[in-house]
Amino acid sequence: MAEEEHVQEPVEAEVVPSEDDSGRISEPEPAVSKRIGSIQFSIFSPKMIKKMSAAKVVTPELYDKEGYPVDGGLMDIRLGVIDPGLKCKTCGSKLKECPGHFGYIELARPVIHIKFVNLVQNLLMSTCRSCGRVLIPENKINKARAELDAIEKEAGVEARRAHVSKIISSMKTVNKCPHCKAKQYKISLEKPTTFLENEKRINPIEVRVRLEKIPDEDVFLFGMNPKFIRPEWMVLTVMSIPPVTMRPSITLESGERSEDDLTHKLGDIVRINQRLFENINAGAPEIIIEDLWDLLQYHITTFFDNAVAQLPPARHRSGQPLKTITERIKSKEGRIRHNLAGKRTNFSARTVISPDPMISLNEVGVPKIIAMKLSVPERVNEWNITYLKKFVENGPDKYPGANYIIRPDGKKKKITDETKEASLEEIQPGYTVERHLLDGDIAIFNRQPSLHRMSMMCHRLKVLPGRTLRLNPAVCHPYNADFDGDEMNLHIPQTEEARTEAEILMEVQTQLISPRYGLSVIGCIQDAISGNYILTSKLEFSREEAFDLLYSAGITDFSKLSRKERISGREVFSALLPEDFNFTGHSKSKNEKGSDDVVITNGKLIEGVMDKNNLGEGSGLLLRNIHKKYGKEFAVKLIGNIFRLGIEVLLRYGFSTAISDTDLPSEAKEKIQDVLDTAERDVDGLIAQFRENKLETFPGKTQAETLELKILELLNKSRNRAGELVAEYANKNSHTMIMAVSGARGNLINLAQMAACVGQQALRGKRIEKGFYQRTLSCFKRGDLTPSAKGFISHGFKNGLTPSEFFFGAMTGRDSLMDTALRTPKSGYLYRRLANAMQDLKVEYDYTVRDASGKIVQFQYGEDGIDVSKSEKGTINVKRIIKSMM
Amino acid sequence: MAKQTFDIKNHLLVPKHTKVSDKEKKLILEKYSLSVFDLPLIKKNDPAIKDLDLKPGDVVKIVRKSATAGESIFYRSVINV
Repeated sequence: MAEEEHVQEPVEAEVVPSEDDSGRISEPEPAVSKRIGSIQFSIFSPKMIKKMSAAKVVTPELYDKEGYPVDGGLMDIRLGVIDPGLKCKTCGSKLKECPGHFGYIELARPVIHIKFVNLVQNLLMSTCRSCGRVLIPENKINKARAELDAIEKEAGVEARRAHVSKIISSMKTVNKCPHCKAKQYKISLEKPTTFLENEKRINPIEVRVRLEKIPDEDVFLFGMNPKFIRPEWMVLTVMSIPPVTMRPSITLESGERSEDDLTHKLGDIVRINQRLFENINAGAPEIIIEDLWDLLQYHITTFFDNAVAQLPPARHRSGQPLKTITERIKSKEGRIRHNLAGKRTNFSARTVISPDPMISLNEVGVPKIIAMKLSVPERVNEWNITYLKKFVENGPDKYPGANYIIRPDGKKKKITDETKEASLEEIQPGYTVERHLLDGDIAIFNRQPSLHRMSMMCHRLKVLPGRTLRLNPAVCHPYNADFDGDEMNLHIPQTEEARTEAEILMEVQTQLISPRYGLSVIGCIQDAISGNYILTSKLEFSREEAFDLLYSAGITDFSKLSRKERISGREVFSALLPEDFNFTGHSKSKNEKGSDDVVITNGKLIEGVMDKNNLGEGSGLLLRNIHKKYGKEFAVKLIGNIFRLGIEVLLRYGFSTAISDTDLPSEAKEKIQDVLDTAERDVDGLIAQFRENKLETFPGKTQAETLELKILELLNKSRNRAGELVAEYANKNSHTMIMAVSGARGNLINLAQMAACVGQQALRGKRIEKGFYQRTLSCFKRGDLTPSAKGFISHGFKNGLTPSEFFFGAMTGRDSLMDTALRTPKSGYLYRRLANAMQDLKVEYDYTVRDASGKIVQFQYGEDGIDVSKSEKGTINVKRIIKSMM
Repeated sequence: MAKQTFDIKNHLLVPKHTKVSDKEKKLILEKYSLSVFDLPLIKKNDPAIKDLDLKPGDVVKIVRKSATAGESIFYRSVINV
């Protein structure tokens, strides 16, 4: 396809005085700029192909005996040069200067272009076989044109073409031309490229003749401008040969040459074309010519697209399919998504991550080896020259050193032990030193998949020993990271502007409040929650202990602690809060009186405990209110402090989990057994009813379905009852319970599964049915409908499962594993489509949501006009605002 | 096919469509600085507005139930089929 550019008036160029090496301001150079006014896509005509060609290719040979490109071959030096030393015969320039030039081959017989078969088919079916006119009566053409124009405007040119045949079939002119009254026959396409008329083959020559007959004014009807696209050009008579620069050959170490896939394919085309010529000239039988013709069609088709459904892909000798033009452009590994949309960066690092709760939330721990490989350019001036010289002196092998110096003319010089002295001498204001990373440098930290903006945040660097990147476990949530082998990327911005931008827009504290639900995405997790829960619910310290605890959590201001001998955990926690902070909320857990109120007055935790509801990520308003009242810097600091405090408490208190956590008194055990026994008896009763056909069926269900539903409900109920009993009787002070109650990890169901009963295993929402004929496992009788034969696990993990129960557990386990493995790519693609569809939607200043062309999508953003990131969970709490204003 | 025996406008999933007066229409277009056909479009024979007897260029006001705002107002301009 050719592009025609209509170059418009040059846009006024901004003339900036440029600074030369000496720092003096020289005369401004007038810049020339042009803007593309429009782009016209069209199809090359044979005439055009010849006109723009530098050479005609006539022989499949590539090189002669000396290894010099053959004239008229595919590597002809008129098509461009890929050898150093050779000069292009067309433009006279050398390697890398010559952009390459197109050539052409004259095809012995015309061939259909695979990318246009559908269009050609459409044209053949919609036009007369003898006069070439569209099969629409003269008096209706104008009306049809208006209709088609409207469709094109709405649904595009493809829809327009599809509609032409729709109009024709509605006019009943399919069988007889309304212009010349010639009889029409049925045209069909035998994929990929053979056209049939009344089941008889019409060859490309005939196809081309028919397309030629279509008059220009009818071509317009198909949404094509005949000036740029004549239908017959879709049948190739000459073929353009891409320049060698587009298909460079590689010289292997052995001196052997390896040609590009495209060159291979072109060689095939030229060879077959040559043979076809010879056979035609020698007057060979028609069958042989037809065979060669088909072969030529195959080669040309696969040259354009090697993944046509009905054709076997052309392959290398090794058996791997050739990558031809379409494959080069298309899909994820193609030019667009791989090379154009997916650029690679320098100054980046990637390794395994591990946690370090002792670094601050907005820091990232970087191994020394990485800090010595990556660098930050720093401009030398008279104030920092001694500071920078120190790095140069240390060189590249001693931290903190420097790897390169850059002269004012842009020349980069590596610092080595030999050049160190000279560099040190040379350095003066105007130079740039690429020094090693230092603590406090700006870095952008990222974990894929980067699904939201919190997946890339700006951190402060901290150089640490070891070989992993370190992050504070509290920021795991926004990155969705864990430490089971996850790797993350680190980027070092190289200019002052980039660093500033990263700092202002991307630093961790700026990302605290999620734009999705308006609460903090960063909070305490796991140990930190358990620790704070224990601290605020049951601990009491001596003054010394309290001081020690706070100090180790990084607090040095003890003025908030009271003068009492014994200091409660709540008071210790309150020491972190600002004096004028007031808050009322609810905790996840309830105290003995059944209350879950949390009250903070004047920076003192008066009532309630701290747990997941208030400290956790993405929940509760405590962190949200702190952020709103005291700002992002304070909020991040506070989260860090609370986190550290929680960990330090656990360290002192001692925290573990034990099998004895799941111990139950014998009274509870009996009760649970009783519940399960009753359930089993009830199910047996249901089954008996079912066998006697006495079961009352639910509307729209069969007897068997009703039975299943009833059993499922019954078993679920009794499992829940067992769970309640466990929660009632289990030791409230056991660590497993503390974790479940505070929301740090696990829940009561997990506990019940360990202590009492695992419950029903389900596949696709039903009891397990898979396995053998009418039974799940061979140890059961056929048609056995009892709970145990259908995947009900009546034992707890602690007491152990029976073999069949264990097997059922493995079945559902495997099923859920498969489910996650299959769901991840599916949802990834779903997200990609969503993101691509919505990428240019924007909230305008009048709160409307519009796309790039200004069309309205929503009249009021989110229909309520609320900026979620400035709200609390999507709503504005007017009461709280009024209260705070009073 | 059986003749349609119910009015879809009474269905709970069909929001209320009303015609916008010329005066109001002018105000709306001014407010969003749009020309008529830059609004979201609706076909003249759309079942929800079939009975309103509208011509291309008219504007329909749609009051939808909204999960976030309770009720939200949309405008669409009528086009030919």
